[in-house]
Amino acid sequence: MTDPGRNPGADLGGDMATQHSRSAARVMIAPSVILLLLWMLVPLGMTIYFSLLRYNLLMPGANPFIGFENYAYFLTDPAFQAAIWNTLILVAGVLFITVVGGILIALLLDQPMWGQGLVRILVISPFFVMPTVSALVWKNMFMNPVNGLFAHLFEFIGLQPFDFLSQAPLASIIGIVSWQWLPFATLILLTAMQSLDSEQIEAAEMDGASPFSRFWYIVLPHLSRAITVVILIQTIFLLSIFAEIFVTTAGGPGTASTNLTFLIYLESLQRFDVGTASAGGVVAIILANIVAIFLMRMIGKNLDA
Amino acid sequence: MGQITLEKVTKSFGDVEVIPPLDLTIEDGEFCVFVGPSGCGKSTLLRLIAGLEDISSGAIKIDGSDASDVPPAKRGLAMVFQSYALYPHMSVRKNIAFPMKMAGVSQDEQNRRIESAAKALNLTDYLERRPGQLSGGQRQRVAIGRAIVREPAAFLFDEPLSNLDAALRVGMRLEISELHERLKTTMIYVTHDQVEAMTMADKIVVLRAGNIEQVGSPLDLYKHPRNLFVAGFIGSPKMNLIEGEAAARHDAKTIGIRPEHIEVTEAGEWQGRVGVAEHLGSDTFLHVHDTGLTDILTVRSTGEMGLRHGDCVSLSPRHDQIHRFDASGLRMA
Ligand SMILES: Nc1ncnc2c1ncn2[C@@H]1O[C@H](COP(=O)(O)OP(=O)(O)OP(=O)(O)O)[C@@H](O)[C@H]1O
Ligand SMILES: [Mg+2]
Repeated sequence: MTDPGRNPGADLGGDMATQHSRSAARVMIAPSVILLLLWMLVPLGMTIYFSLLRYNLLMPGANPFIGFENYAYFLTDPAFQAAIWNTLILVAGVLFITVVGGILIALLLDQPMWGQGLVRILVISPFFVMPTVSALVWKNMFMNPVNGLFAHLFEFIGLQPFDFLSQAPLASIIGIVSWQWLPFATLILLTAMQSLDSEQIEAAEMDGASPFSRFWYIVLPHLSRAITVVILIQTIFLLSIFAEIFVTTAGGPGTASTNLTFLIYLESLQRFDVGTASAGGVVAIILANIVAIFLMRMIGKNLDA
Repeated sequence: MGQITLEKVTKSFGDVEVIPPLDLTIEDGEFCVFVGPSGCGKSTLLRLIAGLEDISSGAIKIDGSDASDVPPAKRGLAMVFQSYALYPHMSVRKNIAFPMKMAGVSQDEQNRRIESAAKALNLTDYLERRPGQLSGGQRQRVAIGRAIVREPAAFLFDEPLSNLDAALRVGMRLEISELHERLKTTMIYVTHDQVEAMTMADKIVVLRAGNIEQVGSPLDLYKHPRNLFVAGFIGSPKMNLIEGEAAARHDAKTIGIRPEHIEVTEAGEWQGRVGVAEHLGSDTFLHVHDTGLTDILTVRSTGEMGLRHGDCVSLSPRHDQIHRFDASGLRMA
């Protein structure tokens, strides 16, 4: 077979033709590239620009250039420290629950059972519910200390109802977000599990491996790549969780459930401080990139080979 | 020790009975080959013996004790799979060590057995590689190494050479025979390559649709096929099966004569026209048409023949080598 990327006719026509077609191609793709660049660079540039100004919508007038004052203000704000920790705990907690839970559910779903198709669809369904809706459902139907199902359950077994969202706000949000992302992790891990050669499992069985050893030595290493994908993709989305917090705890009590995204929202739209919010946005971008580099270093090697 | 006895073993998948009641004994130290056409139940039978598949009824005995309900790991058998089934994320060393690790063998003993297996199988230089970095033949040897270190009562091979090219297959065939000579362990070997069956086996079991057609030594099957199926299946090129008048002259429904038992002579019993002549150097296979016996009569002559397409030949069969079969396909005395 010839390499489809190389057209033998192009060589005969000399370099002229290739150069022509190359520059033509550049011209052709230029509009979309320029559009994409503007799309990205203009907001980024404006964010950086605003972050260097004193710009508060409550104080109209001049917006003087103040250097890094906004950054200093944002970074020394006690809420910022709390928000960073909350963000990291939220991401780590959800990742842990979804990966471990996803593996367990995938193991269950991989067993032959009656009504497999239906059960699989049911397991996937939380993923189709909008974040705002699912957060509302959790808040009002499950976690509400008066009317929630959990409250009734607690009363039924003779316990004091537990006000999840004010007693353990971050943990509750981790629970809600995990519920949303569990199907995604399960789906990816299940397909990976199904691609495992059954002869490998049988060979391990012949080799005297117990079910647990088979899982630990054969299935889990086979899943490592899928787990990497789940962690990478989820991290990207989990760093910017907003709707669930907005709908349930509004970041409170205090800053107990404020993450970075929510803090920026508070700065810009509650305090109308565009400058500080922009500085927060830039900090969030930097943080996301640090996490991304860190993740790629740590687990990206699983994606090689 | 490794005597394996199957007593009235059956296997059904749902309503489909793949193995009808089957009795078979494989003696300790024997090299037993299962052959048969595709889908006849060879793999299923092997997996029943291994315990990877549950028998529907009957009993499997290993060294006299009932193993029907014993889990695979406890049967003391080792299996080499057609796809090798190596663990891709482990080095060759870890692959070979895996069954010992599961059995809790001491580290020193593990190393000792790995070294000796690696030496025997020419794997010493590859111990730190991953299976993905090995050739097909090397992977095959790792799979065998993983089986050897368990020191099993019997080895089970499911078409272990079918993924290898022809030259490598001959080499590995010899290595496995060699291994059997050395270890003297029972081996059960599934193949549909009858050359492998003939060259390696102490005992061949010919299967058709889950039924045992004949059990015997390779030469036994070659010289005394019990029925038409075995006659046609064992031997390469295939035995010529002739019906009609020529058969009636021998008081049989069908007579069979192997290509090597027909000679090209000056004035023979049968005449025909040469079709394709396959010159192998050591032998020549002639496909002879228009003999009035069968469509194509295959003749095997030693050495080179000066015959060409379209030449007329005269053939004489060796009468003491004619096999006679009755109307139900069974061999007549
Ligand atoms: N899990 C299963 N469920 C249903 N039928 C099966 C199953 N496994 C095998 N069979 C059937 O059992 C029969 C024997 O299969 P088996 O794999 O033993 O054949 P084989 O002799 O090994 O063939 P081959 O030479 O092609 O490997 C086949 O008809 C197959 O369709
Ligand atoms: Mg098979």
